[in-house]
Amino acid sequence: MTQVHQYEVVVVGAGGAGLMAALYASRKAKTAVISKLYPTRSHTGTAQGGIGAALGNLEEDHPEWHTFDTVKGSDYLGDQDAIEFMCNEAPGIVYELEHMGLPFDRTPDGRIMQRPFGGHTNNITGKPVRRACHAADRTGHMILQTLYQQCIKNNVVFFDEFQAVDLIMVNGQAAGVVAVELATGELHVFHAKAVIFATGGHGRIWEVTSNAYSFTGDGPAMVLRHGLPLEDMEFFQFHPTGIYKLGILITEGVRGEGGVLINGKGERFMERYAPRVKDLASRDVVSRAIYLEIREGRGVNGKNYVYLDVRPETVNKYAELDGRTNPDGTPYRVTGEQILKKLPDIIDFCRTYLGVDPVTQPMPIQPTAHYAMGGIPTTMYGEVISDAKNTIVPGLYAAGECACVSVHGANRLGTNSLLDLVVFGKQAGLRAAEFAKGASFQPLPADPTDYARAQLERFRTADGSENAFHIAQEMRHEMFENMGVFRTEEGMTHALNKIRELKERMRHVRVSDTGKIFNLELMNAWELSNLLDLAEVTTISALARKESRGAHAREDYPKRDDQNWLKHTMVWMDEKGETRLDYKPVVITKYQPKERTY
Amino acid sequence: MLVTVKILRYNPEKDAQPSYQTFQVEAEETDRVLDLLEKIKGEQDGSLSFRRSCGHGICGSDAMRINGMNRLACKTLVRDVGDQITVEPLLGLPKIKDLIVDMKPFFDHYRRVMPYFISDLPVPEDGRERLQSPEERLRFDDTTKCILCACCTTSCPSFWANDQYYGPAAIVNAHRFIFDSRDTATAERLQILAEEMGVWRCRTAFNCTEACPREIQITKAIAEVKQAILSGKV
Repeated sequence: MTQVHQYEVVVVGAGGAGLMAALYASRKAKTAVISKLYPTRSHTGTAQGGIGAALGNLEEDHPEWHTFDTVKGSDYLGDQDAIEFMCNEAPGIVYELEHMGLPFDRTPDGRIMQRPFGGHTNNITGKPVRRACHAADRTGHMILQTLYQQCIKNNVVFFDEFQAVDLIMVNGQAAGVVAVELATGELHVFHAKAVIFATGGHGRIWEVTSNAYSFTGDGPAMVLRHGLPLEDMEFFQFHPTGIYKLGILITEGVRGEGGVLINGKGERFMERYAPRVKDLASRDVVSRAIYLEIREGRGVNGKNYVYLDVRPETVNKYAELDGRTNPDGTPYRVTGEQILKKLPDIIDFCRTYLGVDPVTQPMPIQPTAHYAMGGIPTTMYGEVISDAKNTIVPGLYAAGECACVSVHGANRLGTNSLLDLVVFGKQAGLRAAEFAKGASFQPLPADPTDYARAQLERFRTADGSENAFHIAQEMRHEMFENMGVFRTEEGMTHALNKIRELKERMRHVRVSDTGKIFNLELMNAWELSNLLDLAEVTTISALARKESRGAHAREDYPKRDDQNWLKHTMVWMDEKGETRLDYKPVVITKYQPKERTY
Repeated sequence: MLVTVKILRYNPEKDAQPSYQTFQVEAEETDRVLDLLEKIKGEQDGSLSFRRSCGHGICGSDAMRINGMNRLACKTLVRDVGDQITVEPLLGLPKIKDLIVDMKPFFDHYRRVMPYFISDLPVPEDGRERLQSPEERLRFDDTTKCILCACCTTSCPSFWANDQYYGPAAIVNAHRFIFDSRDTATAERLQILAEEMGVWRCRTAFNCTEACPREIQITKAIAEVKQAILSGKV
């Protein structure tokens, strides 16, 4: 028997955005959070380097500078009204987190500690500015823990290990979700006035990725299946510094603390690509530089990696050459002990997975799939929109990585994802609760679980001639080869054909586990079908965009083309799997597009 | 290299008792035990069930017994444990299926120690951060690292003997607030931890400290809480 629950607001996902939304929604409306993971397992916990806010605790900084840097970082594709809103909210929301008990590192005078990060600059000198508020190299962990703790304190209702598999839409309005209770395999209906998706990213599409196994794009895939569009899917960030082969993230904070990238010839190559900020250029720029170095044969030992070097002697050598100083004007110098204290988790990762000690040896790194700039299109209040005219879908909200506001445009700046989570999670929570207070429950369809049931049933009844594990491997390999840092018409067409072939083969996958209790094989198969749909719309959006902008770098169209492409992509997929594209203008307020150099 | 992985299997819908099943899997020295489990699930037996998410030791999903030690499968490499690997679910929590145990009792204990920031002091008038010196911040740094994976609590003989004991993880999370200079609920937390199922159940076996994948000095943290209860001071 399907159980039916009724809540005014249902939040799907319990990472930073979901928990922030739940905290705010639950103050005004009866709210439940459903999450396929225990909340503290969410991927927010792996964010390392910091959350961006112009507090100016160590040197002059302003929200206007943060706004401009974010606009420029987005390669002018971010909506400037939303970016300005986020950067103005930033200091207040960081203080709010501190007031919730978040244990930030501290300056000698007891204030929140800040470090430099890629693309964040003093707008007068063009030099890096200390804007990333941090707690060692586990800032995301602290944010996730703090928000979960506050939810416990405020008696937020959680349905842990309930996996949402369908959105219920009635009369063009969100009316709830269908979820599988993993412990029993039973379907539950969560009848709601407002639904907030905060389901995270979909980086498991790629072979080398920093993303969790659970990052399978569930929210965007569910939305897509209800005839709603996704925005800017071609823009997916490759973080420059993933551990070679494994993809585990090495924070940009390493470079913020003075680490530099070194090629096989021992050169600090970023000097050639970004003469002013060098290793602290924005991520798309650095990832491309690493690729080009490797392609020119300047990888280390002829392999597909370069070194990230944070040994004190290296840091001090380049700090001296750069004339880097401490806030009090003294020359910037570090010791091994200080590196250890500032980057304990990074040191631990390298020792565990590489057997390398970063204080005495350089780290082998390569770009790793990291962050979805695109996703479910929303207003700056988390309201989901259904077309290029910004028509709002009543009762449906999205926040965090699964959403596209768009504040990151074509390339996100480091530290802005944690900021996005809390700023827009809060907005979505506030708006959803307000909406719920003025709305009534939509009547549920006769059996709201029909569609979800059919989707899962096909994995129990197919002929079993294909294996999901191998389909997933082939998808990840294809996407990393042809939909990675650099793209061409030919490569992307190859990827599209391959993804379509894999989708066809997916119809033959049958799960061997016939049980109900924790049938994770079944859930993983469903997740893989989400990834395949998102891989397809990502590739279609990318093929259509005949220019290079931010993370979308085409060798056949190497220049940005504002004349034709200063616009957001919207992509739809109908029941038959046919896709359709449309475009939406970028909101430009104060900053006209300029050439982007660092 | 060929690795033998012996797994304690249990399917509640079919089996009366858990039993071992052995798999052979081709692996590299640098593969994580999690990679082996994924490979077995993907290619040999799709019904093999275990939790996992981040894959690099931060989310705390994949705690299990590996060659008799509580570890995270994603933070244990083949070169750490050799080519004969035995994998079992954590002890002391109800088994649900294969390597999945019921985490509810663990999180219930966690919730008992008021694991959230409490301050009855107003925030600064200028709306900015509360001040805290780097030394005050350092006082509880170690215990902020906890990822609630349950490696410590389920390696504790006192917890095995009595599962009503709040256990090391709950105490670690209480410590994180007790020694935070900004928090004002120290007395209430110390009172909870002085109860029958609180810190005095700890017999300093050090299993928790050895098991912690985050290298938190858990036994030391528990000792500090005991000391605070005795002295009434933090």
